[in-house]
Amino acid sequence: MSNEILLGAYVFMLAIWVGNEVISKVPTTLHTPLMSGANAIHGIIIVGALLVATALPGPLGTVLGFLAVVLGTINVVGGFVVTDRMLQMFKARPRPAKPAEKK
Amino acid sequence: MEQLRELVPWVYLVAAITFIVGLKGLSGPTTAQMGNRVAAAGMLAAVIATFLEQQVAAAWILVLPAIAIGTVIGFAGARSVPMTAMPQMVAIFNGAGGGAAALVSTLEFAKAASPETGRGVGYAGIGEPIAILLGLMIGAVSLSGSIIAFGKLQGIIDARAFKYAGQQIVTFGVFALMILAALAILAGALIGIEIAPAGLLLGAVAVLALIFGVALVMPIGGADMPVVISLLNAYTGLAVAMAGFSIGNQMLIVAGTLVGASGTILTRLMSKAMNRSLGNVLFGAFGAATATTAGAKTDDGRTFREVSAEDAAILLGYAQSVIIVPGYGLAVAQAQHNVRELADLLEAKGIDVKYAIHPVAGRMPGHMNVLLAEANVPYEKLFDMEQINEDFQRADVALVIGANDVTNPAARKDTSSPIYGMPILNVDQAQNIIVIKRSMKPGFAGIDNELYLDPKTGMLFGDAKDAVSRVVSELKKAA
Repeated sequence: MSNEILLGAYVFMLAIWVGNEVISKVPTTLHTPLMSGANAIHGIIIVGALLVATALPGPLGTVLGFLAVVLGTINVVGGFVVTDRMLQMFKARPRPAKPAEKK
Repeated sequence: MEQLRELVPWVYLVAAITFIVGLKGLSGPTTAQMGNRVAAAGMLAAVIATFLEQQVAAAWILVLPAIAIGTVIGFAGARSVPMTAMPQMVAIFNGAGGGAAALVSTLEFAKAASPETGRGVGYAGIGEPIAILLGLMIGAVSLSGSIIAFGKLQGIIDARAFKYAGQQIVTFGVFALMILAALAILAGALIGIEIAPAGLLLGAVAVLALIFGVALVMPIGGADMPVVISLLNAYTGLAVAMAGFSIGNQMLIVAGTLVGASGTILTRLMSKAMNRSLGNVLFGAFGAATATTAGAKTDDGRTFREVSAEDAAILLGYAQSVIIVPGYGLAVAQAQHNVRELADLLEAKGIDVKYAIHPVAGRMPGHMNVLLAEANVPYEKLFDMEQINEDFQRADVALVIGANDVTNPAARKDTSSPIYGMPILNVDQAQNIIVIKRSMKPGFAGIDNELYLDPKTGMLFGDAKDAVSRVVSELKKAA
């Protein structure tokens, strides 16, 4: 069973490296969307919340489990939608050098 | 059903890959939207797959309504928030994630130790209680810290740095107590020395962590909030990774750690853009020691010069090159469309118009780019600080719209200024300067800007949107 923690430690170490590697050069413009996107990704805690939602019997456990799932969902849904909205604005801008005509 | 369940870890693996691909995509302008959507798809797949697990499927009556409520809140919040309030929205979503991670850790603790019944299933080795405690502490700090950050940006809490004597000792004391309570739990779990009931101790850890989060963010001024949010974002990532350890889920470890690592780098990049170290942001006396220097500055007898919209229009109309410097004031007033209109008018007269974007203009890096893009300002007219700083001396007019600290020459000259050393836009080198501002009130850093006292500077008071449209109508009249 302790092996599981060790395996986790390996995964942890490699993921730190990947995380460092992925965000090496980011233009300033993208700092905000990137932060927001990363924010959505840690919303994966929703899966953890689902898995342990009923771990503790009794009313207190139910309330905590319910709350965990609600919060996790807010993180995921809000995070991705808000990031998409931010990025939409970048996309709305015409790529070619010509400025867009007004409608 | 049983075979289908074996697929779940594989779906998790695919989801973990989509997170890496998504994050990579988010770091490039052309791939960003794709990256975000890939990660979202992976997330959806992971959540659906989780419902194949028996205990989740059995609890549908509990979890489905919870998901529905969370979706409605998250979606409504994300759709309705104005672009200006984006940073605090990210803070709130981040806080939700931190809270969820803290709760997952608490539930996992209850499962292992079962303080109420005393019939826990026990820990899987020494690592598990440590991971549980770390997940709880970091998650709770992120939750309360994010709420304070939200409050400061939203104006519910005074955005200025909140300081009192002996603050650092108190903050450290809270931290030390939290660690002591956590160690007491570990003593009970690992070597069987019960100091106090584990459930009580866990509650103490949670409460102390929440207080610590508040104590950590309160002394930080509003101008530094983006850096703080980014840091708290990394914290939540770490808390999620810890939760992954305690429930033995590799996907959570991968996703959480990715965010933790990339968030830390992003935080460093952001503080570098302000030429401050992270330690300086967290513990520096920004905005606290400033009251004295600020007072001394305005009392030296120099005054500012107020101009009317008509004056500004004339000045702009006869210029050959104009550099627009947008700041938070523009964002608050939603003046981007009016600014675009003004720029169009000037360009129709053959005047060269450029925009100078300071890396931390607004409340977050990239804030101005997003806003101006919304108003269809062409990308190639936006210039970064390094690209345009040389051009100010050749510009006839620098039009500062709601920007303050990023134009303050004190950052270059005055070593006693708290923002000394921060790279600024060389607005003071332009031939003429027009500053659109609501009042003479200092900006977010809480210090006066001597640019306003420069004889070359004309102050055009008013809300950015209103002031710009007044200039526009004056220009139209003259044409």
